[in-house]
This record gives sequence, C-alpha cells and structure tokens, in this order.
Amino acid sequence: MAGEAPIALQDVSYTYGKGVRQKQILFDISTSVQAGEIIILTGPSGSGKTTLLTLMGALRSAQQGSVKVLGQELKNAREKTQLQVRRQIGYIFQAHNLLDSLTISQNVRMALQLGRTKRSESKQRITEVLERVGLGAHIDKYPGELSGGQKQRAGIARALVNRPRVILADEPTASLDKQSGRDVVELIQELAREDGAAVVLVTHDNRILDVADRILHLEDGRMRSLTEAVSEGTSRMLNLL
Amino acid sequence: MFDTLPLGWLQLKHQKLRLLSAILGITFAVILIFVQLEFREALFVSAVRYHSGLDYDLVMVSPRTQYLISAKEFPRNRLYQAQGIPGVSAVTPIYSRLANWRNPIDRSSSRSIFVLGFDPSDRGFSRILTPQAHDEIKIPDQVIFDRMGRDEYGPVADLMSEKKSVSTEVNDREVTVTSLYAIGTSFGLDGGMITSDLNFLRMFPKDKKTSITIGLIHLNAGENPQQAQTRIRSAIPTDVLLLTREQFMELEKSYWNNTTPIGYIFAFGAIIGVIVGLIIVYQILFADVQDHLPEYATLKAMGYSQGYLRNVVLQQAIILGILGFLPGLGLSILVFEQAAGATRLPLDMSTESALQIFTLTVAMCAGSGLLTLRKLRGIDPAEVF
Repeated sequence: MAGEAPIALQDVSYTYGKGVRQKQILFDISTSVQAGEIIILTGPSGSGKTTLLTLMGALRSAQQGSVKVLGQELKNAREKTQLQVRRQIGYIFQAHNLLDSLTISQNVRMALQLGRTKRSESKQRITEVLERVGLGAHIDKYPGELSGGQKQRAGIARALVNRPRVILADEPTASLDKQSGRDVVELIQELAREDGAAVVLVTHDNRILDVADRILHLEDGRMRSLTEAVSEGTSRMLNLL
Repeated sequence: MFDTLPLGWLQLKHQKLRLLSAILGITFAVILIFVQLEFREALFVSAVRYHSGLDYDLVMVSPRTQYLISAKEFPRNRLYQAQGIPGVSAVTPIYSRLANWRNPIDRSSSRSIFVLGFDPSDRGFSRILTPQAHDEIKIPDQVIFDRMGRDEYGPVADLMSEKKSVSTEVNDREVTVTSLYAIGTSFGLDGGMITSDLNFLRMFPKDKKTSITIGLIHLNAGENPQQAQTRIRSAIPTDVLLLTREQFMELEKSYWNNTTPIGYIFAFGAIIGVIVGLIIVYQILFADVQDHLPEYATLKAMGYSQGYLRNVVLQQAIILGILGFLPGLGLSILVFEQAAGATRLPLDMSTESALQIFTLTVAMCAGSGLLTLRKLRGIDPAEVF
C-alpha cells in the first residue's frame, strides 16, 4: 500500500433516480489526494460536490468507475466494508452534528470507542484532543452550552481523535462568523499537517481558499480547472457591466 | 467493545420530562396488568377455599354440580356404596345450601349465607373446626360462623368477643352462634356457617335426609387416590361424579373461568393493560427516535452499525420497562392492601406473579422497541451531509 494515495478516484460517474426521472450528477471524475495534501472542492450548489464527498466517505456506493479510499475499493462495496472505511475517516459536518445528550468529552468518546485505543489511554486522548482545539475548559459541558464556533471545534476534535489518515469536511465554516470560520479552517490545516492526513474540504466560502494545496472546481458534475471557471465568471461579469 | 458509553440511557436521561412521562405511562399500564391478573388469581384461589380447607381424598358430587355454592343433590346411598369398597376407610355425607341469615343487630336486614351440615362424629372438618366446635353443634340449633365473611352479616365476631354466643334467625329459625371459624369470601360467596346434619335439616325442613350434595371419601393410609377412584367408579352406578382433590378444584375453577364471564373479563383487562403499555412505550420511543434521527445518521456516518443503533433503542425500551415496573409494583401492593381489606379476597401478591408481570412488562417494552426499529431502517447516512 506504500505510495498509494489515500483517496484515488478513476472515471467516477453517479446517477440519481431511475427511468425517466434519472439524473446524472457526476461525469467521469478522476483525481487523487495524497497524504498531507489539502484539497478544496468548490462549485455552485447542485454541482455534485456533496455527492462526490459522500462517495469518498463510503456513505454511498459508487456505481461506475473506481473509488479507492485507504486501499479499499468502494464500488459496489458491502455494508461491512463501508463501515470499516467510515471508521478510519474523520468527518467534519456542516452543522456540527454533536449528540445533544452527551457531554463534549462523551461525544469525542463516541468516535474514540470505534477505534482501537485502550481504555487506560482513552481519557488522556480525549483531554489532549480537546485541549488542542481549545476546549480544555469545556470538557464536561453539553453542546447546548457552547457557542457555534466551539461546537464546530468539538466536532473537529471528534473527527480527529482517532488520528485518521483521511479527513472529509463539508462546509465546516458555513454556520460560523468570519473569525471563527478562519480559526476552524486553520485548525484543520494545522492538525492535518501534523498527522499527515489527506484532507478534502467542500466549501462555498472564498475567504478560506488560501489554505488549499489544490482547488478542484465542479460544475454540472464535471471537473474544471479554477482558472477556466474564474475567467468565465469574470467575462460574464464584464459583459453584464 | 470495551467500556462503551450507555448511549440509550444517556439520551433518555437528557430529556427528564419525557422520561418521567414515559415512566408514569408504563407505571399505569403495570398497575392495570397487576390488578387485573391479581383479581383473576384471587378469584381462583378464593373459589376453592372450602375445597382446600376440607379433609378428604376423593369427593362425590352430582354430575349436574357446576360450582360449590349451588351443588346439586344426589342419593346418599351412593356414598355408602362406596364405603364398602376396599381401600375406603370412611365417608362423610355433607348437606349444603344457601340459607337466609338475619343480621343479629338489625333484624330487618337479611342476606343469603352458605350453610354446610355434617355429622360431627364424621371426619373431614378437622382443619376448619376445633374439636370443641364439633361438640357444640351436636346441641340443637347451635352453629359455627365464618368470621371472615362480609360485614353485612353483622358484627358477629365483635359480639362473640364480648359475650359467649350470638343469636339470630336463619330461615326464620332461631339459632345460636357458639364459636367461629375462618374461611373467607369469594366472588360467589359472601359468608358461611357450619352445623350438624340434624341442625341443617331443622333449617331446611323440606329437604330429604337421604339426599346430599357433597360426599367426602377418606382412603386408607398409603392408598393411591387415582387407583381407588377407578375402583370405586367401576363398582357404583354412573349417576354420580367421583373426583380427586385436584379435579374437584379444577371443576370449580373452570366454572368461574369458562362458564362465567368473570375470568374472561379479568384476562381481557390484563390484555388491555399490555396494549396500553405497548402504545405508550411505542409513542415515547418513536418520538425519541424521530428526534434523534439526525444523530443516528451521524453515528452511521462515523461507522456505527445498524445493529448498534438497534441495541440503543432496545436498551431504552428495557430501561423504561424496569423504571416503570418498580413504581407500578409498589403502587399495586398499596392497591391490593386496600382492596383486600375491603373485599376480604386473598389479594397477596406472590413473588412468582410479580416476576411474571416483570417479564411481561419488559417484553412489552422490547416489543414496542422492535416496532420502532422499522423507523431506524430508513436512515441514510449520506443525508447528514
């Protein structure tokens, strides 16, 4: 497996629905993400970026082409394989998606107990990761008692506690103000670099594009280079003026 | 998995008001089930109070007899015929009827009372009556009264503790209560008295001495009742029924259970209790799962399996069952103490029936949990993005 990219897509297409209602959402996507690399996936809504992210996250089965995550082929994968891959991925959700009835440390523990950490180490691991995201003082609080930015940090701590080699994030800054959004992204960047994880970040937020090593732009289910997209957008804007 | 967080419990605990209302609902259902089943049990236990209090190995009754209080008559000679058969040591003919008892304090009020008459020199009543009481009823118009009967018969026991005897009218004949025994009431029986065969016939002058309603048969020590039953049956005419103790009690129970609607009503009540409980638990769990669907989808996205989520819901169901059962048990015991005092029915809850109802409650909750699980099947982890 040495040298193999943690995420490798080859000619991936995806279609929703059946018969006349059938709608193809992704067309022949090929790309790969290396360890330690941060990819930002942009595009207008409906362009298929969330679908692409769920394919990488083993939340959907790929229909055509090949999706390899951490060496596992996910095309037509069985539930068991999917679960196995999901456990090795750190997800950061758009809305933090913490469990309201658990404290912050219990939320992190829900992720930790899926991994292989020994009981004796687990408490320390949880404290460590929460301190790293700046929530050391809020370990035993419930999500309802935290601010939006703090909740998102807790979500990041949960995603990273197992030191995953793949991190997927869907609009992690969507519900945050400018400063907390910036903090959150920089945190992801810093942690990803330290752990050498492959990161895919879906976003609309132009303010955070600079953290990316590479930007992928999706439009109508097809991959385009950012320069093409930007120049087309600019010329349309000029025409309008 | 090591030291896993009890997610089901933590989720229940987080919404205290909902948890409380769920527990109250289940408690209500548990009380309903307890009361219905316990009254049903009391019905059966109380129906065979005389059956189990009397001393006998086999009993002879008329085939038309459906239950004790309205035992039908049969020729006393049948019992004497059985006496001559090897293995039989003695027989006791018993007369029984409902008589009209006047309240000794308020003579204008009367109530029917179950009267048993037997020859005091015969065996069969030694567990109910003292040897002294056996002697007392040899004297004309002296009777022994059941102090566990209903209050409407008058405060006979209280009067007895003040003076030696209490007089009143039974079937318009003056009788004297000289001592007391303790049997108790049942659904068909409010109270009773025991006297000699001769006194019995004095109260019922139109009854024939040669017709009895119950014939007790005592066997020699070591004799097998089933074998003796077969032997006697083949030797006497088939116009009487010959029963062992168990069969005699079974006859009475099956009358109350099958022929009257009473047994059915209580069983039905218990079923209603289970259904009410099922619906309550289902409602609560359903609302709970509905609220947590996004969280469950998140867990699936993190790599938790469908089986894990199923266990969470079942865990909640069983916790609710246990938490609802305990106050239900406590309140039921209180209810029974009250009801036992008021009705004099044998309403003591056995550990066995408490355990049975506990199992039933947990099964009821788990059943609701399983119904809720259909909701879980539709969770698509891809929807959380």
